Amino acid sequence: MKELFLVAIGVMIFVVIFQISKASEYVSILKGEEKTRRQNNKINAFMLISFLVFGLIGAWYCNELYYGKTLFPQGSASVEGEKIDLMLYITIGVTGVVFVITQVLLFWFAFKYQERDGKKAFFFPHNNKLELLWTTVPAIFLTVLVVFGLKYWFKMTSDAPKDAVVVEITGHQFAWEMRYPGKDGVLGKKHYKQYNNPSGNILGVDFQDPESWDDLHTTEMHIPVGKPIKLVINAMDVIHDVGLSHFRMKMDAVPGIPTTMWFTPKYTTEEMKTRTGNPNFVYEISCDQMCGKGHFSMRGVIVVEKQADYEKWLASQKPEYFTLFPDKDPNKATQAVDSAVASKPLAQLTPAN
Amino acid sequence: MSSAIPLHDVVSHGAHDDSHHEHHHHETFISKYVFSQDHKTIAKQFLVTGIIWAIIGGLFSVVFRLQLGYPDQTFPWLEDFFGHWAKGGKLDPEFYYALVTMHGTILVFFVLTAGLSGTFANFLIPLQIGARDMASPMLNMLSYWFFFLASVIMFSSLFVQTGPASGGWTIYPPLSALGDASMGSKIGMDLWLVSMAMFIVSSLLGGLNYITTILNMRTKGMSMTRMPLTIWALFFTAVLGVLSFPVLLSGAILLLFDRNLGTSFFLSDIVVAGKILPNEGGSAILFQHLFWFLGHPEVYIILLPAMGMSSEILSVNSRKPIFGYMAMVGSLFAITILAFLVWAHHMFVTGLNPFLGSVFVLLTLLIAVPSAIKVFNWLTTLWKGNIRFTPAMLFAIGFVSLFISGGLTGIFLGNSALDIHLHDTYFVIAHFHIVMGVASFFGMFAGVYHWFPKMFGRYLNNTLAYIHFWVTIIGAYLIFWPMHYEGLAGMPRRYYDFSNWESFKMFNGLNEFISLVAMIVFAVQLLFVFNFFYSIWKGRKVTNLNPWQANTLEWTTPIRPGHGNWPGEIPEVHRWPYDYAKDTKDGKDFIPQNVPIGADESTDH
Repeated sequence: MKELFLVAIGVMIFVVIFQISKASEYVSILKGEEKTRRQNNKINAFMLISFLVFGLIGAWYCNELYYGKTLFPQGSASVEGEKIDLMLYITIGVTGVVFVITQVLLFWFAFKYQERDGKKAFFFPHNNKLELLWTTVPAIFLTVLVVFGLKYWFKMTSDAPKDAVVVEITGHQFAWEMRYPGKDGVLGKKHYKQYNNPSGNILGVDFQDPESWDDLHTTEMHIPVGKPIKLVINAMDVIHDVGLSHFRMKMDAVPGIPTTMWFTPKYTTEEMKTRTGNPNFVYEISCDQMCGKGHFSMRGVIVVEKQADYEKWLASQKPEYFTLFPDKDPNKATQAVDSAVASKPLAQLTPAN
Repeated sequence: MSSAIPLHDVVSHGAHDDSHHEHHHHETFISKYVFSQDHKTIAKQFLVTGIIWAIIGGLFSVVFRLQLGYPDQTFPWLEDFFGHWAKGGKLDPEFYYALVTMHGTILVFFVLTAGLSGTFANFLIPLQIGARDMASPMLNMLSYWFFFLASVIMFSSLFVQTGPASGGWTIYPPLSALGDASMGSKIGMDLWLVSMAMFIVSSLLGGLNYITTILNMRTKGMSMTRMPLTIWALFFTAVLGVLSFPVLLSGAILLLFDRNLGTSFFLSDIVVAGKILPNEGGSAILFQHLFWFLGHPEVYIILLPAMGMSSEILSVNSRKPIFGYMAMVGSLFAITILAFLVWAHHMFVTGLNPFLGSVFVLLTLLIAVPSAIKVFNWLTTLWKGNIRFTPAMLFAIGFVSLFISGGLTGIFLGNSALDIHLHDTYFVIAHFHIVMGVASFFGMFAGVYHWFPKMFGRYLNNTLAYIHFWVTIIGAYLIFWPMHYEGLAGMPRRYYDFSNWESFKMFNGLNEFISLVAMIVFAVQLLFVFNFFYSIWKGRKVTNLNPWQANTLEWTTPIRPGHGNWPGEIPEVHRWPYDYAKDTKDGKDFIPQNVPIGADESTDH
């Protein structure tokens, strides 16, 4: 009923506006069309300059409201991301100046050079000097932006340091799986056709390969603070994307084409809780590439902790090999904390809503 | 060539009044309004179809904005409309994604490509270069009817049981290739691909015709450098379309093969819904290259006509020549070339080779140079003008403002280092909606308001037009400006609900505000549509051959030109189209293109 009422109001407003507009057309014919046109011209010129003033105030007000909610007051949570923040500030500086100058000129000219009686426009078809000026000046500024941008880009996309902690992350509809290489530091081989062999082996790890025997499979990512972390990124079904907005990092997960990315976390999760003033703060992995109906619920969690805590956590995990082949486990009695999840059948993972 | 008959008639009856064609004995309702070969009628067909699609596509955005703005509420009437897609008055996520996908597809292709460039290329090219019709009126007619067929197929996909395509308008495989991965990737996706194939045929038929017409059928004296900037823009638009749409066609066909014939062009190493697929060796990234090789030029296919029309309208209503005509043409040319060389900037985070990425950064930021030239030239055109704020002029000024705002954020996204953070966030949504969506719409509105008197012999209602402009520009900034902040917070696009995310849930109030404004802006567009259709029949009649006192040739035709455009001989052109503000003996501030150069006049152009 409420909706019908709203629609009725909408239609009425429509009719009223239309009637007024129609009436104003008749009035303008009575008053003389040329006179009405000149009046409208003045009104619109004034509105254009008002739009500029209120627009600039509005932009400032919007910044007051929302700057605090962006990620920039708290700074980048990774060492590499600092470069992105710096790049952002440089770009905002350059484009901000251009933005204000051009918008002010646009609306100011429109207002100032509105039609006036007996005035004629200035015949000014071209001027090579001016045109050369605004070809070269933007080109110079852009060169600066390109140079800085590419410097940081090559730094971020370079090979990860040799001592980086390696974690494999695999996306599927609609969750993330992590794999750690275990004590040998090498991830065991896998092939997608090994999926569910044995049942529960959703990552398709090839357990013929002895290097896989100490690999850990978890759903939460734990990483040590202050050390370079290298992610090896896979996807099982469609394209996903590992989005780490606090670290300013992002990389697609493509089925059949592994990708990598690396970064050095600066703050532990606990430190971020105080830095952001949010006691519920967690580092979240957001899927940033449309992957199906559960895309919006494809959330992962990263716990950044001190080296000692990280090692303790690692030690508490049971290798997936022993979960899937319990009779191979030398100390069967030990309870694993996080390995139960590995046996959840993939097809039944559904979005949160 | 059946078109030769009416053309001959027009010439031989040149001395008669301009309504002679209405009682022409071969003309029936079908041949005049349905299967018409008159470029002006075809243009109107494109425009009306585009308007209908724009209402549908816009309505979809209002519906999914309800979900984003009011995630905790239910709207029982949604269930009345959408049935099981909105059980209990809440959109199903699958349907939400279908709406998002269709919104993008419809607006990008059916409205801003067909509706914008289809309309104005058809309408303006023959009229402004001085031709009686397109080079091939028959192919031109087919171009519309292939578009119509594409429309019917796409529209029918809205009604299939598994729903329309729902993988985003970019339809990346494997998601779009596997029915098991998403409901929308079942029959809805096949219909999407077939519809796009038809659309591409339409676009190619149209584009080849535009190019041929512009190159071969200009009237006497109309050298290339005397063409209005609208024609230059439409020419480059057609070139872009002809060279890049076939690449999308190949991608669409390969994807159809992958979907239905078991090939592996884009598929490899996939386990979906617990099933191990046999496909190996394909590359999902290959599709993105094929898609964006069209997808990026597509942005300029949408934008260039808006640039061309705004240039023309700014000059006419400033009563001043466009500043730097050759620089304007040169920058259009530069944008056209560069448009082909930047596609991979959509793929910086796909694992692209970093060196290759750096080349695309360089080429992408290079586009800012011709864009800057255009902006400064438009500003200088206004400088020391004598400006008339017709509705068309306001929309053209709005276009420049939006092009600046949206263009500058392109410098953020084109820089790969920043793109890592901003990619696929609301920052991207804000950027492309402002620069490509709203700005092009403003160009289109400017065009409609400016050439409506030529199309229908009547005026649109001015008061409604001013309301339309002011609500739309204020609304557009209110909707999209704050989205930049959401993007800087890392908020990902294409999310149905943010409430489970610690990092993104703080923007609820803002999302509600944006949804509210979007609804108001949409309602005002309906006001424009009403104005449009009402004025076709009831608008104030045009009594003046040249209501805007413009120089271009379309204003030398009768108020309601028949097929063939000029009842007598086609006028000869003696000058460029921007001789405004020159000193003339009769005290007028404009000299139309068909007026010979006076003895005391400089012969610059």
